[in-house]
Amino acid sequence: MLVFGPGIAAWGLVTGVAMTQSGLGVGLSMLMSITVYAGSAQLASLPLIASGAPMWVIWASALCVNLRFAIFSAQWRTHIGHLPRARRLVLGFLLADLNLVVFQKAWPGGRHETGQARYAAGGAASVWLIWQGTSFAGILLSSLVPLEWGLGFAGTLSMLGIAYSLLVDRGAWVAAVVAAAAAVAAYALPLKLNILVAIAAAVTVGLVMTQAGRAARRMRPGEGSSP
Amino acid sequence: MTTAPLYGIATILGMAAVTVLARSFFLYAKREPRIPDALQRALQVAPLAAIVAVVAPEIFISHGHLIDTWRDARVPAAIASTLFYAWRPGVLGPLLAGLAVYLPLRLALGW
Repeated sequence: MLVFGPGIAAWGLVTGVAMTQSGLGVGLSMLMSITVYAGSAQLASLPLIASGAPMWVIWASALCVNLRFAIFSAQWRTHIGHLPRARRLVLGFLLADLNLVVFQKAWPGGRHETGQARYAAGGAASVWLIWQGTSFAGILLSSLVPLEWGLGFAGTLSMLGIAYSLLVDRGAWVAAVVAAAAAVAAYALPLKLNILVAIAAAVTVGLVMTQAGRAARRMRPGEGSSP
Repeated sequence: MTTAPLYGIATILGMAAVTVLARSFFLYAKREPRIPDALQRALQVAPLAAIVAVVAPEIFISHGHLIDTWRDARVPAAIASTLFYAWRPGVLGPLLAGLAVYLPLRLALGW
């Protein structure tokens, strides 16, 4: 988890600075950091809040940006589903994108095993501490951090390294290429819905590939004339 | 512009509720939702797809359109990051390599 520390720290700092500089004020920025705890949704909401958009528009935007977590929660269910509901929900709220990424690398089976809930909780605590610490630092020191340096790009670069580390087999490569193309092609969609389109495209292609592979295997012995 | 406190608090708490809803979507019900095995396996690429979907436009899109100039610090920085990763896989190394290309181009040349 700690390999990703610098990347999370860069994002947290930038998000903290962006919140205060958009006119949210120190108190509200801190409240948002603690209660919303979803960097991409926070960043997407800032221009809407600053321009005085209606509250329901801001909520709808947060929902769209966060929809991927609903997909992730189905995967978490396999691993932390045995916990009591209250604990599932608290842990579920604290588990961000990177937690699932790291978790999948540590437990690649996709099955429930003992120790997974503890591993997930440890990861959630690490990300939370780094994120809130740097986010608060950004909120308090916002006037000292020059946003025009484009430090947000540091977060992008660290995610790039994370994405590369996930390219473990052909299926992952295909998913990444499909997702990248879909996200760029669907960029004009509002509310970051291109992320959802990219996930759907990558998952669909993966499904088709496994089905096609299975069909091919089934056909081969029946042909009777293998080369 | 400064947001009115009460209005701001309500907006933020509503966003928090939406986040809770999304993150706990399949965690709330007592019975585990039945997801076909093939779909479950295919869903394993979802986090990777989400990350790539965030990163790719940050590198290749400028002002809502596909990048059409090479005088943009982001593409050379991403290339430097990629090369560094090919040499020494990790997160911090490629990040610093990318920034080492990005910041001079941006601050000195204004790319």
